[in-house]
Parts: sequence; structure tokens; C-alpha cells
Amino acid sequence: MYKLLLCWRYLRTRYIALVCIVSVMLGVATMIVVNSVMAGFTHEMQARINGMLGDLIFESRSMDGVLDADAHMKKIKAIAGDAIVGMSPTVHVPGLMYIDVNDQLLTRQITLVGIDETTYSSVSAFGDYLQHPANREQLSFSLRNGGYDIYDHQVPDQSTQKPRTQMEQAGWWYRKQKAMLKKQRQMVADSASPDTSQRNPFATPEGEEAQGRDFDMATEQHVGIVLGIGVCGYRSADGSDHFVALPGDDVRVSFPKASLPPEAINEFYTITDIYESKMSEYDASFVFVPLRELQKSRGMIDPETGKGKFSSIQIKLAPGAKAEEVRDALQDAFPVQFYVVSTWRDKQGPLLAAVNMETAVLNVLLFMIIAVAGFGIFAIFLMIVVEKTRDIGILKSLGASGSGVMGIFLGYGLSLGIVGSGVGAVLGLMFVANINEIADILGRITGQPVFDPSVYYFYKIPTIVAPFTVTWICLGAILIAVLASVFPALRAANLHPVRALRYE
Amino acid sequence: MSSVTDPRQPRPALRISEGTSALATKPVSPKIKMATRQLYKSYQKGSFGIPVLQGIDLEIYEGEFLAIVGSSGCGKSTLLHLLGTLDRPDAGEVHFDGYRIDNLPSASRDLLRNKHFGMIFQFYHLLPELTAMENVLAPALIAESTLSYWLRRGEHHRRAVELMELVGISHRVKHKPRELSGGEMQRAAIARALLNKPRVLLADEPTGNLDRSTGKQIMKILGELNQREKLTIVMVTHDPWIAEQADRTVRLVEGRIQGV
Ligand SMILES: Nc1ncnc2c1ncn2[C@@H]1O[C@H](COP(=O)(O)OP(=O)(O)OP(=O)(O)O)[C@@H](O)[C@H]1O
Ligand SMILES: [Mg+2]
Repeated sequence: MYKLLLCWRYLRTRYIALVCIVSVMLGVATMIVVNSVMAGFTHEMQARINGMLGDLIFESRSMDGVLDADAHMKKIKAIAGDAIVGMSPTVHVPGLMYIDVNDQLLTRQITLVGIDETTYSSVSAFGDYLQHPANREQLSFSLRNGGYDIYDHQVPDQSTQKPRTQMEQAGWWYRKQKAMLKKQRQMVADSASPDTSQRNPFATPEGEEAQGRDFDMATEQHVGIVLGIGVCGYRSADGSDHFVALPGDDVRVSFPKASLPPEAINEFYTITDIYESKMSEYDASFVFVPLRELQKSRGMIDPETGKGKFSSIQIKLAPGAKAEEVRDALQDAFPVQFYVVSTWRDKQGPLLAAVNMETAVLNVLLFMIIAVAGFGIFAIFLMIVVEKTRDIGILKSLGASGSGVMGIFLGYGLSLGIVGSGVGAVLGLMFVANINEIADILGRITGQPVFDPSVYYFYKIPTIVAPFTVTWICLGAILIAVLASVFPALRAANLHPVRALRYE
Repeated sequence: MSSVTDPRQPRPALRISEGTSALATKPVSPKIKMATRQLYKSYQKGSFGIPVLQGIDLEIYEGEFLAIVGSSGCGKSTLLHLLGTLDRPDAGEVHFDGYRIDNLPSASRDLLRNKHFGMIFQFYHLLPELTAMENVLAPALIAESTLSYWLRRGEHHRRAVELMELVGISHRVKHKPRELSGGEMQRAAIARALLNKPRVLLADEPTGNLDRSTGKQIMKILGELNQREKLTIVMVTHDPWIAEQADRTVRLVEGRIQGV
């Protein structure tokens, strides 16, 4: 009983104990904040990676692809039908994209992805990232009249965003304007000198000639293409987006033909939509075109059967299905020298591993901070034991046992740990809940944005509070506080009563 | 220093439990409450020892008020600490109710101090964080677990109030020690020493830090306790006037008891 009472009194009368509490509190709060933000980032990133890829990716090792997606899908279905809810074949090929911006040619290195527009949205969340509401319902590679999003539909709060005013024009109207402008400039150029036009590849579209007839830009479009927002736009530091090409513009893409010897081909595409997965790695390189057209251009269609080659099949798993198990089952069934089956995690393995390691290292470092707080408790407790030497003697003269006296100081350490980690947890959770406001204020004070949306491609700092982690952190901090008080408590327990009583 | 053996027959070890009634056998000499046999104690100072007690033979009778006098530094406090099992002698024995207590395990000695001995000191030794009332209650707080203390808190409370009335500080219940005068602190210390109804009160210069009239009041309280409650009191002092209040005075000279 006296242990509780004295513990409580010492806690209330020793302001130096506040120092211990504050140090434990800060350590716990920091750990909670960092863990929540890291978990938020990881989750956000995983959602994006998984959003663009299927849960499982069945790939041919050859970039030229293999024939007959339907036969493969039938076989896959036979092996793991229960776990699969959707499949869609794709063709991946690296390429170069040329965008004409006021007669300046911008070149981008891209990955051209041929997708089946009817099935692709059943295996990935790609459809949700598109900027035209109708395309989000059903993807189509024909240019829309207009009505592209001006505000990011993935961010619920419009008031915090800068409108993408350029998108107001996008669509057929914009294309017609462009066509008129081009016609006028063509006429001017023709009258001035017939040679100058050759310098600009956009002036005499080869696609036009290849199609063997007049191509009227004002009323016709090339094959549709969906660009990543990072391919055709950039975000400035103030958070507003700017586009170098809009739906309605034409772009030229060159990529290898699926034949030997390799041969580069050029195709014109008309931008029909833009997607924003918010995974900047994807947004800056993936562009999507209709699978059939890509197969045609690359010569991937078998002239006899009319079947196309594919380079991978994206597989969507049923919720609760074990991706690793299905992967292994599929890999066993297909020869490993020709096919690779991987989960989306495998695909981004190094990235995810790096993030996990970062989290682990940060946790170790932050736990060191709490350990430092532990040493603080240790030193302060030793001081308090020395200061309380006579009281310890008194207690022993009244019949208190060594373990009882030890209990006072262990209890003292325990309460410091509990109070410190409790207050720290509340503080940390409050910080996490208001992290964006805090980041704004910090940004205003330092004049430098803490969280630069042009780097991360999201507007807010994502956070996830895992109750398990919070509990674990608090328990760890309490344990450290108790451990730090063990030695001072032992010292107090072993004090000789007479020496303690004589102590002045 | 020669080693000293007790020629008498070995006595059964004291079994400590709640209250004196649990003692195993009847004490051999009922009239003698406490006794020391050839008690030796020296303090180690560097490589050589300073002998302080050199063969103390002392008998304390039940219900008596004994004063131990001696010059400063002669070892009075040391003797009292040995009687109260706060320290262990180098050689010799301490007996309580006929049982040897100096070699008991520490848990038993803790219980002995809590239940059977009350101690008061020259510098009061109250706990500064606790109020006067809580200081008085300290032996009960130490003796009982949180639950049993809680269940019996009314009883303890009544007893504490009773004792504080007895020593005359019932108006200082909520005061912290630093808000009390020396006399009041010593009264609180006496009340604390009496809380668990001990049979022996060990007082180390209880008036040493008080003026004469306050000292007199304290002595009056001790005298009355001895008279009415038949409490055995062992008091250390170097003030001859204070020693006069006791039934019997022994003198400690050069580590030995000299004369009665
Ligand atoms: N821890 C110790 N180490 C060395 N010597 C000690 C120690 N404690 C006490 N002494 C010595 O033992 C002797 C007896 O001390 P003690 O306190 O018993 O004397 P006392 O008779 O109570 O004196 P006073 O009347 O001043 O209180 C003193 O000479 C003291 O210096
Ligand atoms: Mg003394």
C-alpha cells in the first residue's frame, strides 16, 4: 500500500520526473507519427501499384509475345479457376513518344501497353484513374466531345485543389481548332518555301500517306491513346498542373516490330484520355492503346488464324485468394523458360522491400531515442534514490522490506512509462490526425513546402494508424522505463538501514 | 577482538507471524523482555576496525523505562540499532521474549520491526511527502497489502486519530512535516511508533533536538505510556535530567555497560 502512496507522492512532488515523462512522451509521439506516415505511404503506394497491375501477372519471356491468349486463359482457368475473377491479355513494348509543343518536339521514353478495353478494367483499377467520367464507366479509345475533369475526382475535397483549366478545352472542339490552325500555317508555309515543312515531322504526317487518302484532322482521329499524366503534364511547386498535350492532340510513337530483324515503326495516335494513378513511376511512362491495333502495327497477328500474340495476361484474384499459392500453381503448370508468373508484390519487390527496410531502420533509430530517454530515467532515478536515502532508512526502520522499497521505484518507473507513453500516444495521434494542417503551417513558417505535391503526386500526406503498432510502441516505452528503474530500485532495496538513517 | 560464545543453552529460533500469540513456546524468562549477550560491534574504517561495542550484557525487564546514558560517540545509537534489528552485531546475541532475534532472516526482522518494536529518533524521521496522519499510518500501510488496508482503513483511521489525540496533535492531521514544529513532529513520530501496538519502544534521544519544556512534554507522554500501557521503553540520552525520568539508568562507557 505504501508503495502506491509514496509512488504517487513522489510523482507529484518531483518535477524532475516531468523531464522523464516528456522524453518518453516525445519518443513515443515521434514513433507513432513516423510509423503512421510510413504505413500511409506504403499503403498508398501499394494500392497504386496494385491498381495498375493485376494481382497476378502471367508473362511471356519473349517481348514479341506468344500466340493465342484465349487458349492460355483457358488453361489458367482450368488450373486456378476458383481463385480467379478476371483476366485480360496485354502487350507491353518499350517505345519513344514525340509530342509537338508549339513546333518544339518533346521526346519521352514510354512503355506502350496494348489493352483489351472490354476486359482490362476487370483486372485493374485503371478505369478509375481516367479523366473523362464516361471513360471511367466504360473505356473507349474514341475522342470525346469534351467534359474532361477539371478537378481531380480522386480527391474528395475540391476546395484544396487548383483547377486544371486547360482540360476545359480538351476534346473534339480543341482538335478542330488545332486542325484549323494547322491548315492556316500550312498555307503560309507552302507559299513561303516548300522545304521548311519537311523539318517538322508533324507538318506532313506519314500516317496520312500510309492510309493512302486525305486525313481530315478536324473530323477524324487516329487510333486512340491514353497517356499518363506524367507523360504529358507536370505539376509545379504550387500544386497546379500544366499539360503539354491534351485529349484531342496527336502524338507520334515509335516502337519495334515483333519480327526479325528488328525494325522500328512509327504510328500516330490521338490522345483520347489521360490517366492519373498517382504512382509517378507509372504515370510518367505507361501509355495505353487498344490491344488489337498494337498487335496489328507490330505484326503480331497470325495471318492464317487471325489470332494475336500477347506478352502478358493480367489476372485478378478473388478476394481472400492467396496470390503466392496461385502463382506457384501456375508456374508449375507452364514451362519456366518461356513464362514467368509473378504477383504484383514480386513486380515491385525491390521498392516494397526498400520501403520496409526504411521503416525498420527508422524504428530502430527512433527506439534509440526512447532508449536515451531510458538513460535519462536511470540517471534521474539514481539521483532521487540518493536524495531519498534517509526516507528509505525510515521505511526500513518501520519494517518495509527491501523488495517493498524496490517496488516503490519500479512502480515509479512504471508510472512514468505509462504516463509518458499515454500522453505521447495521445500527442502522436493528434499530430497524425492534423498532419496536413501542421505541414501547411510549417511550410508557411519556413517558406518551403514540407510536403511537395509535385514530388509525390498526392495532395495530402497519407497516414494509417495501426493500433497494433501503437500498442507495441507504448509497451516498449513502458518496458524501457521499467528497465531503466531496475538498477536504481535495486540500489534502494540494498541500502543498509542504519547507514540510510545516519545519512544527512 | 576475541570471539564470544554464549555459555547458555541454545534457545529456539523465534517464529514470526501475526501477533505475539503465535510464538511457538513459552518464553524461558518471562520477566526479561529483551536481553543482549556479549554484544560486539565495530565499524570498519579503512583497513582497521573501530571497536564501538565491546561485550554488552544488558537485560531489559518487561514494563520498565530504561535510560541508557553515555558521552557522545560512545555507541548508544549503535546499541539501539542492534536492539531494533536494524543492524547485525559482529558477535553476541540479542534476545526478545526469550528468543534470539539477531540472526533471523531479514523478512522476519522486518516483521519484528513493524509489529513488535516502535522506534523514535532524535531527528523525528518523518517522511516529508506524507501528511502527519499518513506518517502515523505508515506502519499499517507497510504491513498490509493495498486491498486489506482498504478493507480495514476505517479501523486504522480511528486508531491513528486516537493516537494523535493521545500525543496531542489531533489538530495537525493534514499538515506536512515541514509545517510542524519540532515538538509536534516528535509527537507524530511517537504516534507512528505506537500504531501497530508494539511491546517495546526504542527511543534514540527523543528530546535531543527540543527545548527543555517541549522535551518535558515528550517525556511526560513517554512516562504515561510506560505507566498506563505498561509499555517497555528503552531510551538513549546524554541529558542527565531526562535520564532521571526513567525507572532505571545504565551507563555506556568504552563499549561496556557500567553500573546500574
Ligand atoms: N558507519 C560508520 N563508520 C565508521 N564509524 C562509525 C559509523 N557509524 C558510527 N561510527 C562511529 O561509531 C561510534 C558510535 O556511534 P554512535 O552513533 O552509536 O554514537 P552515539 O553514542 O549515538 O553518539 P551521539 O550521542 O552523538 O548520538 C562513533 O564514534 C562513530 O564515529
Ligand atoms: Mg546517537
